[in-house]
Amino acid sequence: MDLSDTFETTVIYSVSEINLEIKEILETTLPPVWVQGEISNFVHHSSGHMYFSLKDPNSQISCVLWKSRNLSLHFAPTDGMKVNVLGAIRVYEKRGTYQIDVVKMLPSGIGDLQLAFEKLKKRLHEEGLFDEQYKKSIPRFPTAIGIVTSQTGAAIRDIKNVIQRRFPSTTLILRPTVVQGDGAGKDIARAIDEFNEYGQVDVLIVGRGGGSLEDLWAFNEEQVARAIFRSKIPVISAVGHEIDYTISDFVADLRAPTPSAAAELVVPDINEIQAAVSDLYLYCRKSVQRILNDYRDTLHTIKTSYGFRRPQDFINQHRQRLDELIHICSMASFHKTALIRQQLQRMQYRLTDLNPASILKRGYSICRRASDQTIIKNAVDVDVQEQISVELAQGRLTGIVTTISRE
Amino acid sequence: MVKITFEEAMKRLEEIADILEKGDQSLDDTIVLFEESNALVKFCQEKLDKAENKLQILSVDNNTFHLEPETE
Repeated sequence: MDLSDTFETTVIYSVSEINLEIKEILETTLPPVWVQGEISNFVHHSSGHMYFSLKDPNSQISCVLWKSRNLSLHFAPTDGMKVNVLGAIRVYEKRGTYQIDVVKMLPSGIGDLQLAFEKLKKRLHEEGLFDEQYKKSIPRFPTAIGIVTSQTGAAIRDIKNVIQRRFPSTTLILRPTVVQGDGAGKDIARAIDEFNEYGQVDVLIVGRGGGSLEDLWAFNEEQVARAIFRSKIPVISAVGHEIDYTISDFVADLRAPTPSAAAELVVPDINEIQAAVSDLYLYCRKSVQRILNDYRDTLHTIKTSYGFRRPQDFINQHRQRLDELIHICSMASFHKTALIRQQLQRMQYRLTDLNPASILKRGYSICRRASDQTIIKNAVDVDVQEQISVELAQGRLTGIVTTISRE
Repeated sequence: MVKITFEEAMKRLEEIADILEKGDQSLDDTIVLFEESNALVKFCQEKLDKAENKLQILSVDNNTFHLEPETE
């Protein structure tokens, strides 16, 4: 193309104008990008801002990392260090240069992994895999614990030791897995799924001992994260050391800083529980003792209450009355017999008076008709010449009626 | 007693301790509760006293699970 041909017809920009035009094009069409390169000409300015270039064997680009952002940097950048930076392209109009306005900078090598980690973490976070609402509670007293780790690693030894010290009756079931290198993520994910099919454990510990970021990488894989998320059994993530954070830690229902710590978290201390059981037992016994005593007291109160003394009182009163009556009766009957005895005596006297024998003794005699021995009370009851007998006090006379006088 | 987990046993034991402490129930209920608490304590003690479990290894073969003792 012949540029001179257009010279007459096109607008002539000022320097400022063209820089502005470039700025607009660059800043609006290029989204934030990750760029990998080696740091050179690094300057940490007294203002706190960092200025440097990123270069590869063939090219370089200016970068700026503002003070507000470089404060959260986890390492000290130096010349020659390979890094990954995330940032937007900005045009510095004054000099007509462009540079990367760095938002995030990570050491390369581990930087690549870190990048993947950050991206996956962001994606899963947005998808809700880390949400509190999905966290299952860890059972207080698990009977059986499933463990997903290497059979030969430090993690299983540590977990076994801690649990045998704290709560020896817990059943431990290990599903041995590869925990690093090719296929580790897949194996770990499958092991979690298998435990869910098996179903005979109350909680899962998924993890491994400490190692480099690359060693721990399987626990940052999406398939592991998804297996943990879909697990119906609560999962405790226990990867590496205190400072290591993995995607598993975020998805798991509980994050333990180390495998030993996971074992500490998952079972209570048997001594504490034994003490608690004993306390509860004593507490129940004391309560029951107290309740029984209360009932005993109440019973005693009722027994000794007026209402319950009444029947006895009633009986006693009647007993007393009975004694009284017996006394009265015996007294009465005594009097009565005395009276009767008196009357009897009087009667006896009277009878003695009435005895015909005693009358005869006084000189009277009884006269009878001889024929039928009837007592003659009237002179006319006999005829002249009729035989009569006369009874005297002493002896008897027989005679013949010679005369009858009516007067 | 129906099949119960250690956790449930402890929970029930705590419940009974609370009920007994309030003491609102009848004497018959008190005795029944105390008997239950005795059974629970026995159950818990047995669980706690159980000999330590060896580590077992889970494996899958033709969709069936196997548990084997750990080979050291």
